[in-house]
Amino acid sequence: MTELYILLGFMIFAAIVAIELHDLLSSVIAVSAVGLSLSMAFLDLKAPDVAITQLVVEILCLIILIRATIHRDIPFSTSGRWLLNTTIALAFVTTFLTVTWKAIESLPPFGYPILHVSSTYMQEGLVRTGATNLVAAVSLNYRTYDRLGEATAMITALVGVLTLLRKYGHNTTAGENEDKEC
Amino acid sequence: MLKASESHTLSLIVRTAARSVARLMFLFGFYIVFHGQITHGDGFAGGVIMALGFILLMIVFGREVSMEIISRSGARCLAGLGALLLLMIGAGGLSGSGYFFFNFLGKGTPFHYWSAGIIPLCNFAVLLIVTGVLVGVFAALTSFEMKAGRK
Repeated sequence: MTELYILLGFMIFAAIVAIELHDLLSSVIAVSAVGLSLSMAFLDLKAPDVAITQLVVEILCLIILIRATIHRDIPFSTSGRWLLNTTIALAFVTTFLTVTWKAIESLPPFGYPILHVSSTYMQEGLVRTGATNLVAAVSLNYRTYDRLGEATAMITALVGVLTLLRKYGHNTTAGENEDKEC
Repeated sequence: MLKASESHTLSLIVRTAARSVARLMFLFGFYIVFHGQITHGDGFAGGVIMALGFILLMIVFGREVSMEIISRSGARCLAGLGALLLLMIGAGGLSGSGYFFFNFLGKGTPFHYWSAGIIPLCNFAVLLIVTGVLVGVFAALTSFEMKAGRK
């Protein structure tokens, strides 16, 4: 429980840092620190699938935000220290291949697709939820948090569309208030 | 009764067919949603069907006529009400037993209509959210296009 509180405190600290910083790139990095510690908190709460999703979305958002904040290309050096660079690249590739092989080995064998969790759902779903429709039982009783997140995403999309396409509040004379908005 | 606005000139056959088909679509969407706990489909599928019914009315009879049934602010209110209802269901489980989204209503007997506790309520909330969001987004996009075309 202590490490969870440490992670939560770090998340609050990094969020405050992300708001207070004036450099855009630094605050993007601070936001990604929040996301990474959120992913670690999910791992600590024994929810690895949510942690993986959080990590992937976080990396995607980080890449998009960095590309949006940096106008010129990221510097990429090709000269010098080629031996060190090649060794590091080979080590990373070997590590990723090993981890992938281990992950593939732990998958269920071919022809037996039923995992532990889904067999529990199928055996106890009707008794524990009372719903004959097992899909509704999983999506609205076992996994209602996902439904809540989906509802949040849809409402956010609606708010975004209505904000972008609103009639009032747009600048009629373009470029007049740009300095204030920045 | 639905009457086409003056600016719209879709033919009589299309208008008559759309009138009856839209009612059937609303009925089918309600059926999908409110039988979600015992047969296939849930709030999302039913909400999409009902939103498609509104969009059909919007295409055939013009935006002004369908806006009288459900306006843009009405669609926003619908989505917000659905989200609020979903949160209240979760908070009800939290206050009843200490777990967020706990099934605090009775489970009932399976294969009967009144069964599965909070699942029909969640279906209704998801229906409100999906219908409101899809109708609102479609109305906003079409009105924006008309406004840009006038310039």
